[in-house]
Amino acid sequence: MTVTRDRMISGTLKFHLFLCVVFIFAPIIGSFVFSLNSDRFPSLPLGSFSTEWYRLIWEDPFVWAGFFNTMIVGFCVAVIATVLGFGGAYTDYRYKFFGKQIYMALALLPPTIPVVILGLAMLAYLSRIGLSGDLYSIIIAHGVMCSPFAMAIIRLRLSQMDPDLEAAAWNLGGNEWVTLRHVVLPFTFPAIIASLFITMAVSFDEFAVAWFVSGLHETLPVKVLGFLQGQVSPRINAIGSLAFVSSISLIVLAQMLLRTPSTRSRSASED
Amino acid sequence: MRHHASLFGLTLALPLLIWQLLFFVAPLAFLVALSFWTVRNFQMQPDFDVSNWVRIYTREVFWQAYLRSLILATAATVLTSAIAFPAAYAISFKLSESAKRWIVFILVIPFFTSYLVRVYSLQVFLSDAGILNAALGYFGLGPVLMLNNTFGVLVGLVTLCLPLVILLQTFSLNFVNRDLVEAAHNLRCGPLATVFRVIVPSAKVGLIIAALFSFILSFGDFVSPLYLGGGNPPTLSIMITDITKSGQQWPRAAVVAITMIVSLLIVAFASIRFAYKERGR
Repeated sequence: MTVTRDRMISGTLKFHLFLCVVFIFAPIIGSFVFSLNSDRFPSLPLGSFSTEWYRLIWEDPFVWAGFFNTMIVGFCVAVIATVLGFGGAYTDYRYKFFGKQIYMALALLPPTIPVVILGLAMLAYLSRIGLSGDLYSIIIAHGVMCSPFAMAIIRLRLSQMDPDLEAAAWNLGGNEWVTLRHVVLPFTFPAIIASLFITMAVSFDEFAVAWFVSGLHETLPVKVLGFLQGQVSPRINAIGSLAFVSSISLIVLAQMLLRTPSTRSRSASED
Repeated sequence: MRHHASLFGLTLALPLLIWQLLFFVAPLAFLVALSFWTVRNFQMQPDFDVSNWVRIYTREVFWQAYLRSLILATAATVLTSAIAFPAAYAISFKLSESAKRWIVFILVIPFFTSYLVRVYSLQVFLSDAGILNAALGYFGLGPVLMLNNTFGVLVGLVTLCLPLVILLQTFSLNFVNRDLVEAAHNLRCGPLATVFRVIVPSAKVGLIIAALFSFILSFGDFVSPLYLGGGNPPTLSIMITDITKSGQQWPRAAVVAITMIVSLLIVAFASIRFAYKERGR
């Protein structure tokens, strides 16, 4: 009696979970389907199969310009955020100092500030010091927003490192720089690559702050926001689907890097 | 040696600190200063004038937007938490380890999809001649108005918050001591009573933090209120984008932004206090 009841409860809960996943993914899958559908305003029954929207964005020079801007910003942000994040993560791992809590708060807080507020603050500040309205404005802003992610990813990897490893390297006569180069960097290498990918993916999808500070140098997400404000067009779905595929590839690669135990770190510790 | 050590440490620690001070703290601090500046002949001038604050705070539109933002964010938070909890419970208590890992991976995916694209897709689902109404039409129902109203906004906000809240709730439920649950079971505490008297209290901090994140996300979002809610009446976030994009009245936008940050800080401190409060009688 109670067994069947438990099973029913368990089944209902799992079904609820399933519905949640459907709800979360319906818009994402919908966007895929609509991007390959001939209708401008898709409804049921769906129209015929069409690659028209992909052709339109392929032929749109503004979309290409946005794409290149997104790539440039994404690459620069990935490198900057990962360098900053590595420094922060290592500092947290290695040192105790006065004011460390404030340091950590500064390093990790940006994602909790609403993007409109961050956007306005960055726009006002950057235009005051003459740095707004260009691609580097977006890079600066995304550097702030992405470094916490880089820091978290690399910090997690550092916490798996045997603290004796570094001490051993110092005892063998390596100074801190040499140890960093030959022990710490190889050990955190998978996390560093993962951080590059993930921060790039975050930057690829960020539209709000980029919209505020970019001026005429729009990235693709800002372009999409423009489409959304102007006449509605399924080109959004086509861009979205391509962006989705590229982001997910980056995430899957990052996941694989974080999962596989690094062989490089082992060879480094044997050196 | 000591000198080298500190040089090494500083080289690693300082870049992040300098970057965040220059491009995170300074802009936010500047926002406060900006709210006291004046605009003359379409030019912003450094000043110490409270007229922006007076101008914004005496407008009824502002208070309506404030109220609407608070109500929407609260409703989205309650809704998201309520929908997320059974799902998180199912993940934490009913799934195998490998299924757990899969579902966590699946729930991370939405963070890397464009929120804008999802909102646009939702427009297609929810509009009067859209997917859902067409489906309802087959059953002779509808059309139901689902776009450009509060329902639309809430659908968008729940879409935005649900994956994060399920994940955070799952993590906090994973830390619930399983012996405690077993003990409650052995003492013939029913399943519902176990959930509300044992599991929820011991996962309280995580559940509240999850709700807090949902509130912060919903309160700050301008996309759902604008593109699924029609933008009228506006929320504070919509007001900021409108004021900023339509001219030089940035000081007034700064007033709205500071009001939002202070409100969020109050909500954050209150909920963290509540989370860590000892359960009194």
